[in-house]
Amino acid sequence: MNAPRIPGSVGIVEAKKARFAEPLRLKGGAVLPEFEIAYETYGTLNAARSNAVLVCHALNASHHVAGVYADDPDNVGWWDNMVGPGKPVDTERFFVIGSNYLGSCFGSTGPASINPATGRPWGADFPVVTVEDWVAAQARLADYLGIERFAAVIGGSLGAMQALQWALSFPERVRHSIVIAGTPRLSAQNIAFNEVARQAIMTDPDFHGGHYYEKGVVPVRGLRIARMIGHITYLSDDAMMEKFGRQLRRPAPGFDFDVDFEVESYLRYQADKFSRYFDANTYLRITKALDYFDPAAEYGGDLSRAFARAQADFLVVSFKSDWRFSPARSREIVKALLDNRRIVSYLEIDAPQGHDAFLMADPRYHGALAAYFRNITL
Amino acid sequence: MTEADAIVRWVAPGARVLDLGCGDGALLRRLWEEKRAPGYGVEIDDAHVLECLRNDVNVLQMDLEDGLAAFADHSFDCVILSETLQAIRRQEPLLREMLRVGREAIVSFPNFGYWKLRLQIAFGGRMPVSPELPYAWYETPNVHHCTLADFEALVARLGLRILERLALTGGRRVRIAPNLFGATALYRVST
Repeated sequence: MNAPRIPGSVGIVEAKKARFAEPLRLKGGAVLPEFEIAYETYGTLNAARSNAVLVCHALNASHHVAGVYADDPDNVGWWDNMVGPGKPVDTERFFVIGSNYLGSCFGSTGPASINPATGRPWGADFPVVTVEDWVAAQARLADYLGIERFAAVIGGSLGAMQALQWALSFPERVRHSIVIAGTPRLSAQNIAFNEVARQAIMTDPDFHGGHYYEKGVVPVRGLRIARMIGHITYLSDDAMMEKFGRQLRRPAPGFDFDVDFEVESYLRYQADKFSRYFDANTYLRITKALDYFDPAAEYGGDLSRAFARAQADFLVVSFKSDWRFSPARSREIVKALLDNRRIVSYLEIDAPQGHDAFLMADPRYHGALAAYFRNITL
Repeated sequence: MTEADAIVRWVAPGARVLDLGCGDGALLRRLWEEKRAPGYGVEIDDAHVLECLRNDVNVLQMDLEDGLAAFADHSFDCVILSETLQAIRRQEPLLREMLRVGREAIVSFPNFGYWKLRLQIAFGGRMPVSPELPYAWYETPNVHHCTLADFEALVARLGLRILERLALTGGRRVRIAPNLFGATALYRVST
């Protein structure tokens, strides 16, 4: 191999798929007769199989967590600043698994996959999946890879929900649960934003009730607006002002409806990019998975009782400027853990970027993660 | 005997401990190693929080001024406030909170009635600076200084009980006129 070795990078990686023939009963009642999970791995599983770390991704990311592909050297994994040799999640020490979730459009079985019953894409018939379902599917992947117990399960945002759910669904299989920019449940405002995004997609004439694959069209307009809405909630007001201010894209205001401001141009660019690679049916389902996540629900809203079965140690991290999943939400998680006398550390990082701060390489944040992982015994 | 030695001595083996303003977590580390006392630290400073994680100490990055709402009633055997009382804006509610959350509180602070400090004001005419109070008046994080007598008056006003008192100067216990000769004061308090 003469692949170039990038310092601090896991280098060239390969996406893999695991196939599961055993049916999976979903929380919503539907049964997936069979499914595939796309994943990547970095580092080496030790002989004791005690060094596995599962990385759960957020809304628009994938199992491509770190490194690059041989045939696509610009496609750097979404958490490459966190995962790699000498990085906070050190692949010299840990065997790291990036797992794609069920219903994704990046390789795992999802709405664009072929429904074995019809021989055609699932489309609108693909069931609504939940965070619990994702974790159940990931547990199958863990079995497949021969991992009985994870040293850590880590994720940000929607990935944080999976890290939490892992500690609840499979308490004995998680030693450390690392919950970053997470929330124990969405607020009414969070759900409202999701509903706007879904309405944008579903009212797009090219949506065709979710069966747009066979029509050869994509509800691009809806996806674009959904992405714009989402993107606004990922950034703080300050971060947006800092990045764009009221800067104009043209010498003077046009007194028309073309792009005037830099921020408009940015949103349109992000929307265009997103609508080229993301699937609308997947977007609908992910926002539903977010909305439905509420581990306290079956305990009369009592999060402390919901966490009674957790056995993991926890690290909870929030960012002060995150108004999507604010620090107050993370403190609810911390309180529930303290009520159950779980081992927990909590960081509230004064980073300016908003929700997206969990993707940034803030030295306080990464320093803390590095210290935490170094103290995980193997 | 250092202040930390005294606190470690006061904490019962296996006690559940909450250390408010825990700094780098060294005290919690010792309490775990010497007393098998599991605990959490509360700390606001980023650098200290990082040191705690490096020391493998449970740390919660929270502002004490926001209260102790994260902690349930009587969830700790002992709540420690070491060298932090003087840097808190509202002592009264915090002391009440400490004894809501814990069965017992340990509080230590630099004694402003220590004779060397009295002399600096009385004869130097300047705000005192000492090994215990190393800051100039304009840069000090301390906002509410007190003497042993002041603290005991507050404890009485809150209807709390002093279980034990210790004054230290240069690592030695001060038995005579502690409010005058003690540089540091430590108290064990309960409801």
